Amino acid sequence: MAILVDKNTRLLVQGITGKAGGFHARSCMEYGTNVVAGVTPARGGELFDDKIPVFDTVFEARQQTGCNATMIFVPAEFAADSIMEAVDSCIELIICITEGIPVVDMMRVKAGMAGSNSRLIGPNCPGIITPGQCKIGIMPGYIHKPGKVGVVSRSGTLTYEAVWQLSSRGHGQSTCVGIGGDPINGTSHLDAVKMFNADPDTEAMILIGEIGGTAEEEAAAWLAANCKKPVAAFIAGATAPPGRRMGHAGAIVSGGMGTAAGKIEALQAAGIEVAETPADMADALLRRMARG
Amino acid sequence: MNIHEYQAKELLDKFGVTNTPGGVASTPEEAERVARSLGTNNLVVKAQIHAGGRGKGTFTNGFKGGVHLCKTANQVRDITEQMLGHTLVTHQTGPEGRVVRKVLVSKSVEIARELYIAVLIDRAISAPVIVASTEGGVDIETVAAHTPEKIIHMPVNPLYGLLPYQTRKLAKLLGMASGEMRLACKLFASLYKLFIRSDCSMVEVNPLVVTKGGEILALDAKFNFDDNALFRHPEIRDYRDLEEEDPREVEASKSNLSYIGLDGNIACLVNGAGLAMATMDIIKHHGGEPANFLDVGGGATEQQVTEAFKILISDKRVKAILVNIFGGIMKCDIIAQGIINAVKAVQLPVPLVVRLEGTNVEAGRKLLNDSGLPLLAATDIADAAQKVVAAAQAA
Repeated sequence: MAILVDKNTRLLVQGITGKAGGFHARSCMEYGTNVVAGVTPARGGELFDDKIPVFDTVFEARQQTGCNATMIFVPAEFAADSIMEAVDSCIELIICITEGIPVVDMMRVKAGMAGSNSRLIGPNCPGIITPGQCKIGIMPGYIHKPGKVGVVSRSGTLTYEAVWQLSSRGHGQSTCVGIGGDPINGTSHLDAVKMFNADPDTEAMILIGEIGGTAEEEAAAWLAANCKKPVAAFIAGATAPPGRRMGHAGAIVSGGMGTAAGKIEALQAAGIEVAETPADMADALLRRMARG
Repeated sequence: MNIHEYQAKELLDKFGVTNTPGGVASTPEEAERVARSLGTNNLVVKAQIHAGGRGKGTFTNGFKGGVHLCKTANQVRDITEQMLGHTLVTHQTGPEGRVVRKVLVSKSVEIARELYIAVLIDRAISAPVIVASTEGGVDIETVAAHTPEKIIHMPVNPLYGLLPYQTRKLAKLLGMASGEMRLACKLFASLYKLFIRSDCSMVEVNPLVVTKGGEILALDAKFNFDDNALFRHPEIRDYRDLEEEDPREVEASKSNLSYIGLDGNIACLVNGAGLAMATMDIIKHHGGEPANFLDVGGGATEQQVTEAFKILISDKRVKAILVNIFGGIMKCDIIAQGIINAVKAVQLPVPLVVRLEGTNVEAGRKLLNDSGLPLLAATDIADAAQKVVAAAQAA
């Protein structure tokens, strides 16, 4: 059933008493996500919206509620610590929404997580949603529709764009994963497409990438060798000037590496249908599916 | 964020990365004093601007060269006089050039060998990597392309940091003699410390030189910083030189907007970095040229949207504006109200195409309709791009 999250997910929200954390915890609950706990240091014992228990530490939340996923809304300067706190408590799935975490902090998190059983999604991402079952993140729930297309993306609003195009053409989504726009993230395009490939409920995929790094190329090479499901892709940033960081910390072409042209070439070589414009993402997948 | 050469020198000094003695000056007299304090007849004066190609540049007053070797302090003063307050044009500045406000006066050294060393983040392994070569003083990408075997890659475990044995190995790979090891290892360790403690995304020393006197010096250093970490580095934020930046970007940064100025004539206001890039791409796809990248983000306020809009309107090159919003956290009515406020304050001088979708879209569309603003509504991103390109071409 889909990947990573479903109706059995028991969600903790780190930073639940903050403005953004509270707002989005509520919107996840309204969507039907089972939010079981919150954590805000020194606010333990309170109830969020009169029903969700708040703990001082993730350790206590895990022990007392059996939460198995966490959504992090902690300010950038403390977010790395919050991720490691969740890892220490063996939370299986850690979704870090926070934007602006220093790269040096993320390098240490990544090295510190080696050998743990936790999976990190993000940071600087919209989160993850299995339509009709579980929404963990900041995406507008109503644009999604349960279905068979897996979506993985470095960009939030571009994911909404793709989902909207799919839903309005009658195609639902199995799971949509926002992996985030930072140069160092927990889950890569490659990790996500491997999971989608293994998921019997996912019959096709849309992969959305952008300039910078080589994550899209790695996913393309793996897909070419291992995946029979139809895949479409879009790469943002063909017109971005080299050497400038385009909003996302990871979206930068440096030393001729990470260009849109190079990524598109790699994807096409892997038999992936590449959308010409962001308006063409769902149609590109439909073309690819029609080709068989 | 870019910094000046004299600021780079300050950082090197602070972390004990040996480099050439010298000092910065804002007046000819000050430059002369710095020159005298160096106690040598081998001096060099360098104009401080954020652009390469200074040595071969020309000042608009006719004076040639932004880098000069001098033999006396008086000569340093005279050369500085010709530079300060004047505009230096290099192949990187564009024809408008940059005004020189400071010069760096330093000792010039006799070079025996030129090497290369850089520390940067390797995204593929989520760790820092040291890149070094015995071929310094030239373009490293050329070296990598033609003689890849001369490029040394040394990954660093971010939890351990650069270990002492790694500095020794690096010294050997760079051809250091036993007698040069101590100085070289100290420099490598200091450089790595500077990289991590200052939250750099890249430090590049090119050339790293061994002098005829046996010193090992970072002769020229370029820095890139992680913008995400500037909150914990007020000392680096202070290095920012607003005179060197695109005035549109300076204005945008005052309102915490993610804006990058480009050369086209179609302004865009978008939420989300990916969608903002994709919007530029689709404008180009339909034959237009974007004037900017602008991501108002998910948490923008009405006030920020208004400020963003004012920046777009004030750009004289702009012939049409495209607003492309897919509301997630960002609510469409906030965007609509921001636009209405901005247009009330400043007359709308060019056609405006608006595409709204997502959270509170009905409320947003209603606000815009009721405002009576002369805007073109678009149904989707392709329609929006076609309409704005047509509007810009008709203008």
